[in-house]
Amino acid sequence: MASIGFNELYFLLQGLKWTVALTIIGFIGGGIFGLLVALARTAESKALQRVTTGYIAIFQGTPLLMQLFVVYYGVALVGLNVDAWIAVAIAFTLHASAYLGEIWRGGIQAVPKGQTEAAKALGLHYTSRIKDVILPQALKISLPATIGFLVQLIKGTSLAAIVGFVELSRAGQIVSNQTFRPLTVFAIVGVMYFLICWPLSLWGARAERRLQTAAR
Amino acid sequence: MPQTNASQTPLIAMEGVGKWYGAYHALKNVNIQVAKGEKIVLCGPSGSGKSTLIRCINHLEEIQEGKITVEGTVLTDSTGAVDAVRREVGMVFQSFNLFPHMTILENCTLAPMRVKKVSKAEAEATARKYLERVRIVDQADKYPAQLSGGQQQRAAIARALCMEPKAMLFDEPTSALDPEMVKEVLDTMIGLARDGMTMICVTHEMGFARQVADRVVFMAAGEIIEEAPPEEFFSNPKHQRTRAFLGEILAHH
Ligand SMILES: Nc1ncnc2c1ncn2[C@@H]1O[C@H](COP(=O)(O)OP(=O)(O)O)[C@@H](O)[C@H]1O
Ligand SMILES: [Mg+2]
Repeated sequence: MASIGFNELYFLLQGLKWTVALTIIGFIGGGIFGLLVALARTAESKALQRVTTGYIAIFQGTPLLMQLFVVYYGVALVGLNVDAWIAVAIAFTLHASAYLGEIWRGGIQAVPKGQTEAAKALGLHYTSRIKDVILPQALKISLPATIGFLVQLIKGTSLAAIVGFVELSRAGQIVSNQTFRPLTVFAIVGVMYFLICWPLSLWGARAERRLQTAAR
Repeated sequence: MPQTNASQTPLIAMEGVGKWYGAYHALKNVNIQVAKGEKIVLCGPSGSGKSTLIRCINHLEEIQEGKITVEGTVLTDSTGAVDAVRREVGMVFQSFNLFPHMTILENCTLAPMRVKKVSKAEAEATARKYLERVRIVDQADKYPAQLSGGQQQRAAIARALCMEPKAMLFDEPTSALDPEMVKEVLDTMIGLARDGMTMICVTHEMGFARQVADRVVFMAAGEIIEEAPPEEFFSNPKHQRTRAFLGEILAHH
């Protein structure tokens, strides 16, 4: 049995770096598209509502793993020769946009109708109504669920290993195979995930408590 | 000051207005003209269409029949017409509808900055002027939740005034207030009336109606049943339904 030294730890940290990078990309890309999804889902146009309802249903009704495969082989099929990286980033962005879109749709609809009416009566246009009046309130309402999804997303990045992407879990597997110390290696990997996810979960719980006190 | 004069075009006119919610006929052939500076009190039983009527004037609700004109602009579904009308007409709601994530001052400056594109400094100066007028300028930097109901409603009035509208619509502005706060809001509205604001007020405050209304309009089941100056309306109501309604209102006060 080989020992776990600096090189092994360094390799795991490299994996951690990709996990974090993939999460950030998925969250930012998913956030931007998710906002569009949420806005379309709550728009007055019935056609937009239907299209986005379908989009959300597809991504919530299929496993993330399958979405990864479809995008990974799909981009190859349309003749694009892209990196695993880009394929995975696209898949996570799409996945996150559907979930965040649905979470924020709920937040937008939880803002009392009187807010939109007051804004309209003042002559504010759609952009200002959304940006200045509705979203600040909706995102606050949605913060606990958004953080909850972020934690899911971090853990979900481990699925990217399946298409050859070396993130933290895959790095752990490789080190474990080299050192024959699976328990120690995965304990370290687990602690790394935990150290990222736990503070986020705490933050989410605190945001939720704050909302509940504010509602009382 | 010239009094309302027949040749003058009305500031707000509704002609043969019909409104349906799905199959439900909420407004039936509504005709009403409001001259500049005129104060109308709109009353009637719950569900008679009072809110619907005033919400049609600033296009919070669409009409299916008839015509609404505000300051010469015919209200259509076009953005241009809706914008033009909303610039002239302010609205105050029963539930205040202040923006809870903004201070009172920010509530008052948002629309002037976004819609009229005035500078922040200018918007704040205007806001302070109107907050002074509703006597809560000392609360300018607080958030709505930190104010009493009466203060919040006065802030909402100031917010509407900051757009310098030609007319104000009030939808039961004192109905959500504790009794001890009703007077401060009514006093603010009386002050506004004295300064010559054109007003349509949905309210059951009959003391207010007597004091400021030029005309009291009574609605039932989506129709305007009767309208008259307050003395006449209260002392000599013509319709059975008006008498029944007044009997109930007065019994409660
Ligand atoms: N958005 C709506 N959808 C369906 N029906 C409505 C809606 N708003 C009001 N109504 C109905 O229209 C009628 C008039 O309502 P409203 O104008 O609010 O009356 P009022 O203000 O006089 O109490 C009521 O019967 C009410 O139930
Ligand atoms: Mg009403």
